Amino acid sequence: MIDPTAQAALQLRSRPSWRSTKNTLMSVVMVAGFVMIAIPLVAILWSVIARGASAAFTGFPAFFTSEIPNISRKAGPGMGPAIVGTLLITGGATLLAVPLGILGAVYLHEYGRESTFARLVRFMSVVMTGVPSIVMGLFVYVMWTMTFGYSAFGGSLAMSCLMLPVVIGSTEQMLRLVPANLREASYALGATKSRTILTVVLPAALPGIVSGALLAVARAAGETAPLLFTIGAATQFNPHLFEGANNALSAQIFVNANSSFAGAQDRAWGAALTLVMLTFAITMVARVFTARFSMKR
Amino acid sequence: MLAEQSSSPPTKIDLAGSRDPSDRIFGWLAFGAAGLVLLILGLIAITMTNRASSVFREMGLEFFTSKRWSPADDKFGGLSFIWGTLYTSAIAIVIAVPISLSVSLFITQVAPRWLKMPLVYVLDLLAVIPSVVFGLWGVLTLATPIQSVYARVHHAVDGIPILQSIFGASPQGRSFFTAGIILSVMITPIITSLSREVIETTPANEKEAAYALGATRWEMIRGSVIPHSKGGLVGAVMLGLGRAMGETIAAALVIGASIGQLSINLFSSGNSMPAVIANEWGEADDLHKSGLIALAVVLFLITILVNVIASAIVRRSMARSRGANS
Repeated sequence: MIDPTAQAALQLRSRPSWRSTKNTLMSVVMVAGFVMIAIPLVAILWSVIARGASAAFTGFPAFFTSEIPNISRKAGPGMGPAIVGTLLITGGATLLAVPLGILGAVYLHEYGRESTFARLVRFMSVVMTGVPSIVMGLFVYVMWTMTFGYSAFGGSLAMSCLMLPVVIGSTEQMLRLVPANLREASYALGATKSRTILTVVLPAALPGIVSGALLAVARAAGETAPLLFTIGAATQFNPHLFEGANNALSAQIFVNANSSFAGAQDRAWGAALTLVMLTFAITMVARVFTARFSMKR
Repeated sequence: MLAEQSSSPPTKIDLAGSRDPSDRIFGWLAFGAAGLVLLILGLIAITMTNRASSVFREMGLEFFTSKRWSPADDKFGGLSFIWGTLYTSAIAIVIAVPISLSVSLFITQVAPRWLKMPLVYVLDLLAVIPSVVFGLWGVLTLATPIQSVYARVHHAVDGIPILQSIFGASPQGRSFFTAGIILSVMITPIITSLSREVIETTPANEKEAAYALGATRWEMIRGSVIPHSKGGLVGAVMLGLGRAMGETIAAALVIGASIGQLSINLFSSGNSMPAVIANEWGEADDLHKSGLIALAVVLFLITILVNVIASAIVRRSMARSRGANS
């Protein structure tokens, strides 16, 4: 005779129950979800690298240094002015948004705390991150470009409106990590509040703040919509921030993607590769700062 | 103990030393920087409505109910663009939500520790690819081969009453559905990272309780994780929805830019509010520009509404779970 309990145990092991099958099934579904999202990522990066490399690196460094052909039918290199424009616009936006964003976060965490005003600003700045970039572009068009005309600075203004709430959010998170006894120690030495913030609190949170700001810059550098209304479409180099029409990689990709000429499309792929490399590079630097910050803690 | 509650700066009693003028000026500067957020949002609403007022006054309610968009005769009916925005973002949400949920559950509950960081890294990579690159890929690489897929699907359902109008004929590869696909890829990283944050707030003891009752991992997820994070997940999806509605450049490139298309045909070319603004701005005269800005005002109001509701939901559910933890 076989012991009945042993037989039951044997059956449990040999035939998986519906419950455990379902468990396995759902795990497979979750992995499948990840595959579904990895496919477009690989496909996009592959297209950008495969088609962009030949456009950007044939006759290096012509693509990066020559002007954009003013007839889009023409094949051949040229994205220099757009690269200069992207750097100029993004740089200007960074100089505007990062200091203001840090100051705003300092207010929220060091001054306003849980006051009604601070809570309102905190809430609205989360909402502001959701304002479509095209709306920011049109806003700057109405406020600035209609009076002063096309310039790189208009693009910087629109981009900084997008970056501001992001910088505020990430900086406030970092300030929250600074221990209160650092502040108290500084006060005990007789330092004023502003001196404490500038010499104790901000330096302690600096790597995290820099990392957050860089991620905001990386995101902004790829933005197109706010530039469509504010910078114009120059095909020649324009190193001036405040004067004259300019151009940007993202805006030029948009124009060329709509073109039916192979030469223009090739330039779009080359510009896409350049832009992706630029944003990835900024993200990498941000990661280095994050790593350093977490090591310190 | 003081060190325990260290994260918030000392309240009530001001421990700072004597307040000299420079100290006060710094405080006001910081106040101004924070107020800038409210100032900008207010100015957007006022200046843009003002610029678009002529069109709103001229068209009245017809701006929302007419699909006749004909700048040449000064007729601005935005209905088809509002429809396009809602339709494409609905498609994007339908595709993106199951994928984001399974990815965030996979990262938080299933994946071994060593795999977590690389997975998060892949998603971050997807999040920093500029939207114009998605659009470029969509229009030059995806649109042509996908048209034959559309044609095959249309052929398969031909003759079935409702399905044949939803999966209708595809004049070209650029369509509502192509835009929906691209948008879904773009919002997946956002929804995933938000839902990951929400899911990670599930208290360990609730999960352990489920295991102790003999639950499998999936039963634990259904019984402990999902009920706990439901509110936050809804908020995360709504934030993704707001992003999808406002996404301009990728949609402008792949949606097909046809005017007045009020169709439920997924494969028909159409237009959305941000896309039509981006596509028509270049050749618009003054009144036409006002019409486009009027569309932007509508877009602004819709996305603000969606975002306010979403962040309120997320905040409430986060606060509740923090309360449950402590």
